Amino acid sequence: MSWFKRSNDGLLTKERRDFPKGLWVKCEGCGGILYIKELKRNFNVCIKCNYHLKMGCDDYVNMLVDDGSFIQTDANMRSIDFLNFKGKEKYSEKLVNTIKKVNLNEAIKTGIGLISGYKVVIGVMDFSFIGGSMGSVVGEKVKRSIERAMSEHIPLIIVSASGGARMMEGLASLMQMAKTSIKLAEFSRDGGLYISILTNPTTAGVMASYAMLGDIIIAEPEALIGFAGPRVIKQTIGEKLPEGFQSSEFVLEHGFVDMIVNRKEMKEKLTEILDFFIGGHNRVKR
Amino acid sequence: MAKFYLDFEKEIVELEEKINKKRDKLSSDDEKEKEELKILENELDVLIEEVYSNLTTWQRVQLARHHNRPYTLDYVSRITDNFIELHGDRLYADDTSIVVGLALIGSKSMVLIGHQKGRDTKSNIYRNFGMTNPEGYRKALRLMKLGAKFKKPIITLIDTPGAFPGKGSEERCVAEAIARNLYEMALLRVPIVCIITGEGGSGGALGIGIGDRVLMLENSIYSVISPEGCASIIFRDVNKAPLAAESLKITSYELLELGLIDDVIPEPLGGAHREVDKMAEILKNRILKEVEELEKIEPEILIEKRIKKFGNMGFWEE
Repeated sequence: MSWFKRSNDGLLTKERRDFPKGLWVKCEGCGGILYIKELKRNFNVCIKCNYHLKMGCDDYVNMLVDDGSFIQTDANMRSIDFLNFKGKEKYSEKLVNTIKKVNLNEAIKTGIGLISGYKVVIGVMDFSFIGGSMGSVVGEKVKRSIERAMSEHIPLIIVSASGGARMMEGLASLMQMAKTSIKLAEFSRDGGLYISILTNPTTAGVMASYAMLGDIIIAEPEALIGFAGPRVIKQTIGEKLPEGFQSSEFVLEHGFVDMIVNRKEMKEKLTEILDFFIGGHNRVKR
Repeated sequence: MAKFYLDFEKEIVELEEKINKKRDKLSSDDEKEKEELKILENELDVLIEEVYSNLTTWQRVQLARHHNRPYTLDYVSRITDNFIELHGDRLYADDTSIVVGLALIGSKSMVLIGHQKGRDTKSNIYRNFGMTNPEGYRKALRLMKLGAKFKKPIITLIDTPGAFPGKGSEERCVAEAIARNLYEMALLRVPIVCIITGEGGSGGALGIGIGDRVLMLENSIYSVISPEGCASIIFRDVNKAPLAAESLKITSYELLELGLIDDVIPEPLGGAHREVDKMAEILKNRILKEVEELEKIEPEILIEKRIKKFGNMGFWEE
């Protein structure tokens, strides 16, 4: 029994208003209030604590590629509700609503661009589109990106952000893991270079396929990186998980990623890697 | 096997018991009794036909997880003339939820890999309920590479609720282990036949599921997420699992229709658990037939076809 009891029901608590919407945002890392304009200039990295907030795929592409060099591919590919999936909300409706809400056609944007003069195929996932989940379209766009990189003999870079497979597409979504991994194997046999970048969060089906198959795997700091959800693990083993479990630092420590790189230094690091594999003389002069 | 039956099997089991009792008591010259027994046996046949020929999705899920359903070692003892089990991933440990070995099937040498569940508490703990840790996938890969090196076809029997969601599993990066298997299996230069025998639980199943032929036993299931997991996410209610199972389309014939598997292997009426010997014989014949056909194909073409098959999966519009 509680000490204090509300004597009459139906009292409405005023809506909590921490700060005006649209101008400010709260940092998930330190809880500090950040001015959005300033945050954007800082690539969505908290000025106070260096926490890497989620970043939309357009901003990420712009951050990595040389100005005006990005040409999007397969932009009009869209998911369909081929199972007529019955959930609380119909999948077909969810797709329509999400496309309208986040102004993207799918959870990954792919294309060709230049990174410090190096021509690359690049794919960037976006968590805001149904949790960055991988359905047929994500799988197919990744596949075509691999094929493009293979036929043009240029490196492939994929920036992951995903909660896993898109269950509304049933087993077909699981098969996207097979599809992308198999294509990467073919690409690798062909001598292709693939750099995988893991951002917050990279989990489940995406992690257990193309995210973990890079020749080089780079993680952003403090990202959630893991296969099973932390809640599921906690339930299974019946004990609390240690601090930092399934973080970028955790997977680095256990030997499963090559390095952790701050977002602000990502382009520079990619350039260094491309310099090594391709050599400065192959840069496109602009 | 321990007495265990599902709700919808109850009537059948009861009738069977009745028949058995009658048969035990039967004296050879009592014509009336014999007649009665025959009627009951006919009744049983009709009942079995009736119950099992109209299974709902959820009943198939229950059959796929049936306590008496044959597991890998039940098949191994019936389909192999010799089986040398091998252990360990040479990196960390031996995962007992996955059995691997050198098998002689119908005078053909093959590498056989399969999930293994337990049947009671003790054996289930030993087998980790058929949930595989990273070392299980790495052990499987070691065997597959060995098979490829010596040109032995690879058979995988899939029956797992999923990869094990544990602390150590994450520390040793089960995601990497699964991804690596998908990647490596793509280019193995020998025939790979994958058969889902019970539960095809998500990435845990796919981790040994890249094959030139992916077949499902009639009453097995194959899904991106367990119906329970799906129900708790979509409906916030685990009890809606049967509904989720229908939405997900996880039964063999549905997946065949979607073109996500290559074929369905029929089970004896009433499910694999009712006639294990017969099921094993069907399985053995099917394995031999598939391997024979696949061995006629040049390795390069085999791989090309494999890449193409998985590369074409999915549905979209543009």
